[in-house]
Amino acid sequence: MANIEINAPGTSQLFIGNEAIARGALEAGIGFAAAYPGTPSSEILGSLAQVAKKMGIYAEWSINEMVAMEAAAGASFAGIRALAAMKQNGINVVSDFLANLVMSGTGKGGLVLVSCDDPSAISSSNEQDTRPIAKWLDIPLVEPGDFQEAKDMTKWLFDLAEELGTLCILRSVTRIAHARGNVKLGELPTKQHKAHFDQIHDLKNVMPTTFMPLPSSLRHFFLHMKLDKAREKFESSPFNRYVGPDKADLLIITGGSCWLYSQDAIEALKLRDRVGILKLGTLWPLPERFVTEHLNKSDKVLFVEEIDPFLERSVMELAGNFPPNALRPTFYGKRSGHINAYGELNPDMVIKAVSTILGLTYQARDVAYSKKSEALVKSTVPERSMTFCAGCPHRATFWAIKNALKLDGRDGFVTGDIGCYSLALGPAGFFQVRTMHCMGGGAGVANGLGKLGQFGFDQPVIAVVGDSTFYHATIPALINGIYNQSKFILVILDNSATAMTGFQPHPGTGMTAMGEPTKAVSMEALCHALGAHVEVCDPFDLKGTTATLLKMMAEDSGAKVAIMRRQCELIRAKKEKSPYNVRVDVEKCIGEDCGCDRLCTRIFLCPGLVWDKKAGKSRIDEVICSGCGVCVDVCPQGAIIREAA
Amino acid sequence: MTKKELTKDPLNLIITGVGGQGNVMISLIIGNAFVREGFLVTVGETYGASQRGGPVMSHMRISKEIQYSPFIPDGCADIILGMEPVETLRMLGKYGNPNVITIINPRPIYSIDVTGGHAQYPDLNKLIETVKELSSQTWLINATEEAQKMGSHMFANAILIGALIGSGVLPLDKKSIEPVLRETFPKEIETNLVAFNKGIKLVKT
Repeated sequence: MANIEINAPGTSQLFIGNEAIARGALEAGIGFAAAYPGTPSSEILGSLAQVAKKMGIYAEWSINEMVAMEAAAGASFAGIRALAAMKQNGINVVSDFLANLVMSGTGKGGLVLVSCDDPSAISSSNEQDTRPIAKWLDIPLVEPGDFQEAKDMTKWLFDLAEELGTLCILRSVTRIAHARGNVKLGELPTKQHKAHFDQIHDLKNVMPTTFMPLPSSLRHFFLHMKLDKAREKFESSPFNRYVGPDKADLLIITGGSCWLYSQDAIEALKLRDRVGILKLGTLWPLPERFVTEHLNKSDKVLFVEEIDPFLERSVMELAGNFPPNALRPTFYGKRSGHINAYGELNPDMVIKAVSTILGLTYQARDVAYSKKSEALVKSTVPERSMTFCAGCPHRATFWAIKNALKLDGRDGFVTGDIGCYSLALGPAGFFQVRTMHCMGGGAGVANGLGKLGQFGFDQPVIAVVGDSTFYHATIPALINGIYNQSKFILVILDNSATAMTGFQPHPGTGMTAMGEPTKAVSMEALCHALGAHVEVCDPFDLKGTTATLLKMMAEDSGAKVAIMRRQCELIRAKKEKSPYNVRVDVEKCIGEDCGCDRLCTRIFLCPGLVWDKKAGKSRIDEVICSGCGVCVDVCPQGAIIREAA
Repeated sequence: MTKKELTKDPLNLIITGVGGQGNVMISLIIGNAFVREGFLVTVGETYGASQRGGPVMSHMRISKEIQYSPFIPDGCADIILGMEPVETLRMLGKYGNPNVITIINPRPIYSIDVTGGHAQYPDLNKLIETVKELSSQTWLINATEEAQKMGSHMFANAILIGALIGSGVLPLDKKSIEPVLRETFPKEIETNLVAFNKGIKLVKT
């Protein structure tokens, strides 16, 4: 991660959007930041935590998004500017608190929630849009259109949130959050923070202070007054602008990363003098006067936005209120089918939409070249499926689970959760995972399955969760399983980090976000205290782990816990050398003749083990192999040799 | 400092390979060097789950005028730096054009589909011929092999950065890259500088 506290105002830095947001928060003078890791949002808190001590602020990885948001609100109530950051799903976890926070209002410290959406669900289990949620919850929402705006808008939003006394949301998407671009730095404040929770009600104030006892409907009325004030501010916001001719053949209305795609499309089609772009940054409440003024730029309007047709619906709603004889442009977008109603967009999709509407032809490259290169890729380039890293403990765990379920013979299966181990839906984890929804969801689903004995259900159920996910959302489901005696095994894949999102610490690691040692919350002590039967296994011990799981499956009692403890290989490799040199003994390897159906390369599928087709033998790829030595125990011929490195 | 000019605006560079090879690191080094020379740079990367052994790419857009989007439009790559051969061809299929320049590390990394017998890895010599056929100019740089001679395949990245700079296809020189390399690899800077210079030498022979 880049150093976001560099004190060089006016210089340009190459920041990802998340670093730009974090820098904006620093420039705004925040004192408190909390988050739960989630792609594509993780580097916001990560980069703040890295400089927190030096900047005199506090930053934490919270146990989940709900606690992160509540903790940040606590700081706001005591007069400290505070930020909570999360991925799209985080806002679902927080929504109950948000629905009440909007009614109470915030404290004297401005409070901002950053929500990063992941169009196309590139690193997510679902695709969803924060914008309609902000509308549903009556929360002002803005969205940066580039990296500079990500910084500038964050700083500006803290002023606004503080002035309005309500939570504000900054929405970002993957291609801003995780892309890099130029950011010109501003000044860093030198103000000292002083926190105090003010308990005296200010009865002279028209707006109710946060904790004045008032009926909720009255608070709702005051909230709408705040939204009207926000809309008024948005009417003259510098983050909304029009680029293009006075009279355009087509007007594009867009925001966020789609502003960049629209701009690319206009450049590629050389349409600067024919197509205008209304780039919006303040999306909810919609600055209606500003939008209305620009709707007359063209009689054709195209909405370029990802996931939900949020701008499209908002503007159509606005146009629906025009007087009956007013001119209305023709609207193009998701409703007309010109823009996809799912998945992320890119410049080519906008080029296609604009070309279709204006009747243009666009050819990026020579037609013969296109045909030839595409055909060559189709005929020669092999698929490259995702897999666990070489040396990943999850591969070993799922190998043991697969074998234990097979040996048990009752058609047992695995309910899954969110993390690297979601890959076990596919060949990487031998297709063992059968359900996957949200954080903690797998254990919840297992609770129901484990109570179906009276209906003849006899299949063993294993719920897998990562260590961080266990703390985040699985503990209530485990307690429920123990209390209601639901029959399932909770397998905790304890690799000592939140690996999927960048190895952030969690309550079990004994380390804080700011790098301070702390009291680790032991998962086995916790599970013991709940009264669960707990086993701790080393997944690299394939035989022992399989036997333990098999034994636990045979037990008739309620929820049980098996902890698979082995550090994430990517962390281990940073600290120490490989434990083994691994090689294939070509004399012993019998290749295709192996009665095991080439277990090592066809089934186990570690990328460090490759199949040498010419020689008809398996081979170690020394560039990829991490030297874990697990494959030695997979080969029935004893042809794979490990020697201490 | 001499004023650095782009041969084309925006200049579109793709760095491609397999998750874990280090394409993000390369894009960060090149990108930072460009920003320090006063250019507007946008970098888009594959990330998250696709890093786990999947195909990865960085799209870099360099301009004097506009902060471009992090996606190069189809068929519009100017330069492709391929850290793995089939991934280089995959990029040519989507982003290549008759003018594209390619720098390629010919060391294959087999996918689990190939290892598992569900897909075929093409003949390497034929593959490289195809890449040459689809490029206006191709440099073959045995980066992994040369890096292993230096003690670790990890130095392949610095060799490839050296090749990219030495080829002269970017308006950047040794002086613009060296300080960024020093900041990126403070611990192993000497070996990385040797690797970087080796890359420059390899591309020129």
